[in-house]
Amino acid sequence: MDTAESATTVKKNSKFKQSLINFFTDLYKINQFILRFFREAFVPPFELKEIVRQCFEVGVRSFTLISVTGFIVGVIFTKQSRPSLSEFGAQSWLPSLVSIAIMRALAPLVTALIASGKVGSSIGAELGSMRVTEQIDAMEVSGTKPFKFLVCTRVLATTLTIPILSTYTGLIAILGGYLNVSQNEGTSWSAFIQQVFEPLTFVDFVASLIKSIVFGFTIGIVGCYQGYNSTKGTEGVGKAANGAVVTAMFLVFIEEIIIVQITSWFR
Amino acid sequence: MKKTQTQADHSNPVISIRGLKKAFQDYAVLRGIDLDLYQGENLVVLGRSGTGKSVLIKIISGLLKPDAGEITVLGHNMEQITEKELQELRVRIGFSFQNSALYDSMTVRKNLEFPLVRNRKGITRAEINTAVETVLDAVGLSQTINQMPSELSGGQRKRIGIARTLILNPEVMLYDEPTAGLDPITCIEINDLINEVQQRYNTSSIIITHDLTCAKQTGDRIAMLLDGQFQRTGTFDEVFDTDDSRVKPFYDYNFIH
Repeated sequence: MDTAESATTVKKNSKFKQSLINFFTDLYKINQFILRFFREAFVPPFELKEIVRQCFEVGVRSFTLISVTGFIVGVIFTKQSRPSLSEFGAQSWLPSLVSIAIMRALAPLVTALIASGKVGSSIGAELGSMRVTEQIDAMEVSGTKPFKFLVCTRVLATTLTIPILSTYTGLIAILGGYLNVSQNEGTSWSAFIQQVFEPLTFVDFVASLIKSIVFGFTIGIVGCYQGYNSTKGTEGVGKAANGAVVTAMFLVFIEEIIIVQITSWFR
Repeated sequence: MKKTQTQADHSNPVISIRGLKKAFQDYAVLRGIDLDLYQGENLVVLGRSGTGKSVLIKIISGLLKPDAGEITVLGHNMEQITEKELQELRVRIGFSFQNSALYDSMTVRKNLEFPLVRNRKGITRAEINTAVETVLDAVGLSQTINQMPSELSGGQRKRIGIARTLILNPEVMLYDEPTAGLDPITCIEINDLINEVQQRYNTSSIIITHDLTCAKQTGDRIAMLLDGQFQRTGTFDEVFDTDDSRVKPFYDYNFIH
């Protein structure tokens, strides 16, 4: 019995040890991948045409979903906040509350989560499929740099486009909030807009922008890492797409916490 | 089309391999390979699936790193080659993949233009168009120029894959299973194309295959890969003129005459 127990313990320890080794190996590989991006992305020749095409792809892929979601978030958030403010007779604070919540947190977060699902998975699947069908190898043996053409362009595209989409989400959500407020409180557009921008500071805009840039970079780099390094045929493509979404969403939440903490020191 | 025997320049190996070893985890695929590819010849590497034939050409093209051995490709020692030199060298080597590896998201024209615009700085639109039309004409598929890879048949995909490598005028061609998955007639057409490329572009080629018809029709020399080493090398008849129980069944199960 003792021997069996000790064998199980040894097996568990070795499994744990292997998991730990795998974790640090992955961390090292991701680190190398990110460093390679910075080494190659800002050195000529630049694939400007492909970057523009990818920006367009990222924007188009997420536009409809972001528009609908942004609008609904604005309406729902306003609607759900009203009862609490009504208890203190403070419905007039609704526009300020909506703008602070949306611009500081909801717009970048909602945009990043939607883009993780739509764009991240698409990048992971596309590059994964290119890897398993040897298209990436074909680029490499023809004297071109697949990392620069496939990875750098996509990461730059998400990093540039997510802040734009995030700003758009914010505006659409505020519009949703306005429609709800004007219907219930009869607030005019100009009064609403004035109250929306009154509580927002320069730090809010900068923090929101930085957050979106970080989220965009994360979605791009995670999607590309998963796809570029995918293996095991079609199963690997599915894993790459899934891994891109799950990892990017998880990292977005972690980054949200860290950035909120850092920006709170400047307020 | 019957193969015209080519006079290879045996004083001038374009690829030279000595003592090449490669293992994946504990399984040794290549166990000390020696090989010379001479200027202007078609060398067929024959062997069963999983014997490391594709690994060999992936090592030659720098896609895989060997565990041991010395490889010289077009005068470059692959162990000491810098990244920049490797990139320049790859332009001189054409690699035709088993599944063609055409870029799914690009038309045939874009597939062909892709390596060209990235490797020939300052090339004009007119020169690009001429080059694309020339290679498409060489593989007999001019009409497919605006089609997507998904719209092409297996044989057409192979031809476009070969055209994409020809556009850079390579000195060495590496064919990975060029006839795999094709019907017998298309196989013969691809074999003819390989011979045509050799004549027209004066290439030296390594053709990886387990198809004896392909080996007989395209190979000036055959090298039989068995147990991680070249066991028999020579002309087609020399290689199969044996009672070796590992070689004979290979011939017997292929219906060629």
